[in-house]
Amino acid sequence: MKKGLTKEVIRRISKDKNEPAWMLEHRLKSFEIFVKEPMPSFGPDLSGLNLDEIIYYAKPGEVKNATSWKKVPADIKRTFEKLGIPQAERKYLAGAGAQYESENVYHRLKEKWSKFGVIFEDMDAAVNLYPELVKKYFMRCVGMHDHKFAALHGAVWSGGTFIYIPEGVNVDQPLQAYFRMNAKSMGQFEHTIIIVGKNSQGNYIEGCSAPKYNSPSLHAGMVEVFVEESARLRYSSVENWSHNTYNLNTKRAIVDKNGTMEWVGGNLGAGVTMLYPCSILRGEGARADHLGIAFANGNQIQDTGSKVIHAAPNTTSKIVMKSLCKNGGKTLYRGMVKILKGAKGASTHTKCDSLILDEKSVADTIPAMDIAENDVSANHEASVGKISEDQLFYCMSRGIGKDEATGMIINGFIEPIIKEMPLEYAVEMNRLIELEMKEAGAVG
Amino acid sequence: MFQIKNLKVDVNEKHILQGVSLKIKPGEIHVVMGPNGSGKSTLANAIAGNPKYKTTDGKIALGGEDLTHARPDHRAQKGILLAFQYPKEIPGVSVLNFLQTAHKAICKARKIAPMNPIEFRKALRERLAKFGLDATFMNRSMNEGFSGGEKKKLEMIQLSFLEPKIAIIDEIDSGLDIDALKVIAGGIKFLAYGGRGVLLITHYKRILQYLKPDFIHVMVCGRIVKSGSHKLADELERKGYKNIHHKTSS
Repeated sequence: MKKGLTKEVIRRISKDKNEPAWMLEHRLKSFEIFVKEPMPSFGPDLSGLNLDEIIYYAKPGEVKNATSWKKVPADIKRTFEKLGIPQAERKYLAGAGAQYESENVYHRLKEKWSKFGVIFEDMDAAVNLYPELVKKYFMRCVGMHDHKFAALHGAVWSGGTFIYIPEGVNVDQPLQAYFRMNAKSMGQFEHTIIIVGKNSQGNYIEGCSAPKYNSPSLHAGMVEVFVEESARLRYSSVENWSHNTYNLNTKRAIVDKNGTMEWVGGNLGAGVTMLYPCSILRGEGARADHLGIAFANGNQIQDTGSKVIHAAPNTTSKIVMKSLCKNGGKTLYRGMVKILKGAKGASTHTKCDSLILDEKSVADTIPAMDIAENDVSANHEASVGKISEDQLFYCMSRGIGKDEATGMIINGFIEPIIKEMPLEYAVEMNRLIELEMKEAGAVG
Repeated sequence: MFQIKNLKVDVNEKHILQGVSLKIKPGEIHVVMGPNGSGKSTLANAIAGNPKYKTTDGKIALGGEDLTHARPDHRAQKGILLAFQYPKEIPGVSVLNFLQTAHKAICKARKIAPMNPIEFRKALRERLAKFGLDATFMNRSMNEGFSGGEKKKLEMIQLSFLEPKIAIIDEIDSGLDIDALKVIAGGIKFLAYGGRGVLLITHYKRILQYLKPDFIHVMVCGRIVKSGSHKLADELERKGYKNIHHKTSS
């Protein structure tokens, strides 16, 4: 295990994974771009991120014992306990254990759907098992030239999930990466590709919302989604990285004619997060729904938002974001909706609401729209507010204590997003937010 | 017994209540009437403990316990409950969730076992039906998109559910149609039959067609200027507030 990134490290990654030559070539090319690209010109201060100090790759097993359970901070252990996470899972989440019995669940799920031609595989394995398919889609949605961290990702990616749903299959059961946690997938640079064929449907749930404790301080994953004609995908994730992490994640979908992409996300963890899931609506009648919650506590900065490009007629998008900040936390909604020339009849609606929970915290919104077509409908609503004293008094006049009343109003505020989340997330998110309300900065 | 003694209350540094005293026994219905700006709603809010209303002097006591400076949640747990003139919307919090949370908090403070969720749901459904509201109201966000009448009915449902010792009912009759008014009046009478004290604050005599109060108090400029039986309402109707006030102070 070495800190910093060189071509040698990249060659080693590729060799360890037994990759085909094209992938090594892709990695090296990405590396060259990474070295040349400047840091992002917008967003939060990243000067605390020392790219030479990061361990970019470790073989599974190499890093496993880096953290012993004893060394896991007490506040994290307490959070696991309060969330009722099983012991084996806690160790995994804290980076102190690698075995988790739900591997069986994954295999059953995989086998059941493979009969219908569905591929649900670890990304590393998929490169060798389905080289042609992977090559066709790998970084075709997000290119290595996109930004510095996309290039970095292209050079050092490892693990992740590969899902292929062929034409006309409705996978009515959520595919959860959670079930294969002991695969080497939950690293810092995981790559996920999801292809949903014509008239097919899928529902993917990434990770779990419990806090993940790990020593590395950079997460730069990538998710690429391809929604083909009249297909539909819902992608749900809750990210809760430890507070020493810079979470610079890239998620993007390309949606064909009459297809639907739904992003449902929650961001609670990390010190600095920059995450703006993107939908490119390139086919006529394509649709994107972006739903998200961001919570910044303590010194956290949640710079999150969404990006939608309407590139075809009659495309629609709906963005609903809720953010909360407390104890000096900072949330920023950064949105970009582009309607290109020719996207007649496009319609877009953004609603972002922020709740500031004390005097020390800050919430801001930067919604941008770039519209090059006349015959469109575009609107945006934003609100930044505090819990009103009148609301609090109303609750308290019914015998409800101030803290409980505050929690209830907050849960009500995020409810439109929570109700769209998978059940296990919804329960966990509510509990996590309750915990965050009680102890400042407890998680991570 | 519920008692307020020489209550003085400021709102935004202005002296609104100039010393109000009242005694309400269990099962009694008292009505406070008065013109706009006389301090009626201030009285209701001060009794419930709204932090925007500063009590500068006097005393609020229930069953001998001094609650003058108690927190609003504490007052509610003890049995002082307010039906709001302008009920607040709480987006994303369902009627069921809100009422159940309140029910649990109050039961916990009173050291009695709360209803289990199944019983609670059943009881709430029955109560909604009694006030002419559909069972689907349970799952709607608190007061969000409710009509004026629906909001007022929900206030009464909350009061009846949370078992007050003294119910303060603030201008519940404004803007209601006759049918809704009858239902609300029925709810108020039901509270009093159940041995609960009622303090009804109103601008108009209209609701008094449907219930008979034990006492009527006339409030003008932050003071109760006259008290009497239900017949006082008719006198008010004839003479107007101004003359009653004039007569008392002369």
